[in-house]
Amino acid sequence: MVQQLEVENLTFQHDQRLNSKTLSNVSFTVQKGEWLAIIGHNGSGKSTLAQLLVGLLVPENGQISADGLIMTEDTKWEIRRKIGLVFQNPENQFIGSTVQDDVAFGLENLNMSYNEMKIRVDEALEMVNMTRFRFHEPTNLSGGQMQRVAIAGALALKPSILLLDEAFVMLDPLSRKDLLETLENLKITEDLTIISITHDVNETAVSDRVLVMESGEVVNSGSPEEIFLAEQAIDPPFAEQLRRDLMAKGRSVPETYMTEREMLGWLCK
Amino acid sequence: MNKLILGRYFPGDSWLHRLDPRSKLIAGVAFIFIIFLADSLQAFALLWVFTLFVMRLSGVGFRTYVRGVRPLIWLILFATLMQMLFRTGGATFVDWGPITISEYGIINGFYVFCRFVLIIFFSTVVTLTTKPIDLTDGIGSLLRPLRKLKVPVDELALMLSISLRFIPNLMDETQRIMDAQRARGTQFGEGSLIQQMKTLVPIFLPLFASSLNRAEDMANAMEVRGYQSGTKRSTFRQLSWKRIDTASLFIMVVLAGVLLVVRTI
Repeated sequence: MVQQLEVENLTFQHDQRLNSKTLSNVSFTVQKGEWLAIIGHNGSGKSTLAQLLVGLLVPENGQISADGLIMTEDTKWEIRRKIGLVFQNPENQFIGSTVQDDVAFGLENLNMSYNEMKIRVDEALEMVNMTRFRFHEPTNLSGGQMQRVAIAGALALKPSILLLDEAFVMLDPLSRKDLLETLENLKITEDLTIISITHDVNETAVSDRVLVMESGEVVNSGSPEEIFLAEQAIDPPFAEQLRRDLMAKGRSVPETYMTEREMLGWLCK
Repeated sequence: MNKLILGRYFPGDSWLHRLDPRSKLIAGVAFIFIIFLADSLQAFALLWVFTLFVMRLSGVGFRTYVRGVRPLIWLILFATLMQMLFRTGGATFVDWGPITISEYGIINGFYVFCRFVLIIFFSTVVTLTTKPIDLTDGIGSLLRPLRKLKVPVDELALMLSISLRFIPNLMDETQRIMDAQRARGTQFGEGSLIQQMKTLVPIFLPLFASSLNRAEDMANAMEVRGYQSGTKRSTFRQLSWKRIDTASLFIMVVLAGVLLVVRTI
């Protein structure tokens, strides 16, 4: 297994006057082609973690390395080429004047030739299903469409890691499902590593591994199945909720977490 | 905002819309110089015909152009009147001490009026037929030689394009804040001037704060996507200089030539 991203003892404090750290001693590794979901309540330090991973913030302590490259002031530009970060607010990350200009922004920064940019932009827009809107201006787009553009902007750079900081919040359930499927495909075909910081159970359910954060610390980690069973405080996906409800009613149900499809299969037996 | 026609783009597919922004900018600036070559009624008649023809080509209604002149009409009339009232020479019609209405005064007043209106019409043609973003690209491209003098041309062009991109957002936001303040009982446009100005403070403060937040978010987003100022960037929006652009600049040269000939007669 190739270690794509290694985070060791990461500590960070936003406000020096406070005693509590924003992040304290966070360590984890992500393998190539893995989908890691990071979940936690507001203020648990998830977004701070995302900003640290791309070098927008400098940690007090600890070390980040991507593909064996240790994050320093000198290497941060190279690491940013490997990690594509999509932020939560799509409006503020829309730099270009039209959809295709915005997707090309990151490519322009690489001083890429026009012909190559055109191919990359077309590909990226196709991936998020936004080709129809390529000449649209941001004012004529919905929040969800802008988020798709933001994701396309990150994908156009062909990162090896895609970091999503609650990038799906403005999408309607249908396009969220759509994009999740697109990303799952990319993960397989391009060996893309995905780290998604999220509140959404469905986004968590498709991941390979879940990291639970609380007040700046990693408090639990494991497969989605384990986490949904263990963390009763987190709203589980519909199938798990149904399982618990049935159990509460005294029916005999399997002791393990099931996906919607497994649940359906079991119910129909 | 609706009154300001200068700087508003009218989507269309005319011959002028398809011109390169650079040639339009050059022509627009050249026209201002050319206009000062005209010093006879015939010359102005030619300029009027030329300008009206170009306006017709743009496919935008004449009324739109007149609306563009309206905000400046007082300035234009003032300049015209100054010429008419104080210029002397030729036959004098009215003589009240320093105030005289003379033949030259009337003619010069007319010239000044024509110059203003023609310049506004012509530059309105440029802005109505060119997308603001294309204008920005054009300006950036024309100023490129200044890079040798260490003028950060690309950065300025990017700044300009981002500002243009965020104007609608800021307008929305202003509207939102005004609605929010209205819901809290603020009444805009009432009371004395000072009171009216005071009601603007609770608009600008939140607007300012949110703009700063927005700027920070944006700077982060740009940095994450690899933007570094001072490095060489390619451009996705391509400008292409076509034969038609050279031709239109040639027409400007011919126009200037004709005016020069008429002038020496």
